[in-house]
Amino acid sequence: MSRKTVATAAEALDGLLFDGMTIMAGGFGLCGIPENLIAALRAHGVRNLTVISNNCGVDGFGLGLLLENGQIRKMISSYVGENKLFEKLYLSGELELEFNPQGTLAERIRAGGAGIPAFYTKTGYGTLIAEGKETRSFNGEHYIMETALTADLSIVKAWKGDTAGNLVYRKTARNFNPMMATAGRACVVEVEHLVEPGQIDPDHIHTPSIYVDRIFQGAVFEKRIERVTTREPEQGAV
Amino acid sequence: MAWTRDEMAARAARELQDGFYVNLGIGIPTLVSNHIPPGMSVTLQSENGMLGMGPFPLADEVDADLINAGKQTITELPSSSYFSSSDSFAMVRGGHINLSILGAMQVAQNGDLANWMVPGKMVKGMGGAMDLVAGVKRVVVVMEHCEKSGAPKLLKACTLPLTGARVVDLVITDLAVFAVDKSAETLKLLELADGVTLDHLRDRTEARFVA
Repeated sequence: MSRKTVATAAEALDGLLFDGMTIMAGGFGLCGIPENLIAALRAHGVRNLTVISNNCGVDGFGLGLLLENGQIRKMISSYVGENKLFEKLYLSGELELEFNPQGTLAERIRAGGAGIPAFYTKTGYGTLIAEGKETRSFNGEHYIMETALTADLSIVKAWKGDTAGNLVYRKTARNFNPMMATAGRACVVEVEHLVEPGQIDPDHIHTPSIYVDRIFQGAVFEKRIERVTTREPEQGAV
Repeated sequence: MAWTRDEMAARAARELQDGFYVNLGIGIPTLVSNHIPPGMSVTLQSENGMLGMGPFPLADEVDADLINAGKQTITELPSSSYFSSSDSFAMVRGGHINLSILGAMQVAQNGDLANWMVPGKMVKGMGGAMDLVAGVKRVVVVMEHCEKSGAPKLLKACTLPLTGARVVDLVITDLAVFAVDKSAETLKLLELADGVTLDHLRDRTEARFVA
């Protein structure tokens, strides 16, 4: 066992959790979410969380599990339309919500991990999103200033990782995971396949080990799909 | 006779050019991919982190790690690539995507677009829409000409909160096609659906337009 590898999600989170903390969680919809770590957060019961994640899971799965357990105080997201409980908690004032345009959210996190305190973007200029933000013109175009996002903890899902902490994501399950891995003061990763160093070609690594503090192979990957959409085989096709 | 949803998608597909990289929104814009002319190479971007979206999978090909921005299962093509959300929006913001086709609640005569929130109703969020309309070189809106109530959606000024200011280049509705002249703050009527008269269109359009 390397210094970074642990056996379980609970062990991976040991000593890192406190009420009122900010957590970044990777995933787009239910694709590429750290489902073992979310389950462990629920079992631990840490509360009053600010969660930075593109979405908030669905009723009964993903971050929806923390929502129904009353653990989330505030969400920073771009889209939360898949979750009925979310709507109920928000409208009753039990849940705070900050919407970010999806690209702005991604870049704020990237900036947070890269030591860039703020950046300018055209996105949202002239909309509600720009209210209270500094604006500036460059070459005749209008931009708003957005600030970086960091967190006390980032929870990340990768497809494969080695015990040194190098990560490879798979297909569109990559999404927000690589930036989040860089922007948490601690970064905990669950992988489907944990391998020894040398078993991943260094040229194929998406997230270098420097960003990863703890890594483990998840016990269960349900990998639920929100909208299974298929086509019929073509007539006459073999 | 107003155009059907499929006819609107077919009209939007005429905005495609060989070699284009295109982002299609949810709803009628998604249907545009059914109308890409044979022999034309168009690469579809999915803002959750993919270029080269393939068709929906066969039942035995479904992969939980491979979805589009509407969270539907999809497939990859030999030319596909995957990348992070920040890389995805770098190509959007950086002006590398040729065309964005998306739906709208309201469009104003100066190109303002509203399609993400109705005050007083639960807001689901803007997702990537604000980034797309701000960053993509050409923005085409495909929408019904009027609301179900009959209220016009092409307005002098949007009454709903904006997704982007002065961002729309072309509007395709079930009744007509308009180009947006942002500097003149006027729509220019390019095409009428078969059997739709100018008077019929004027009755249903609040925005200023020239025929």
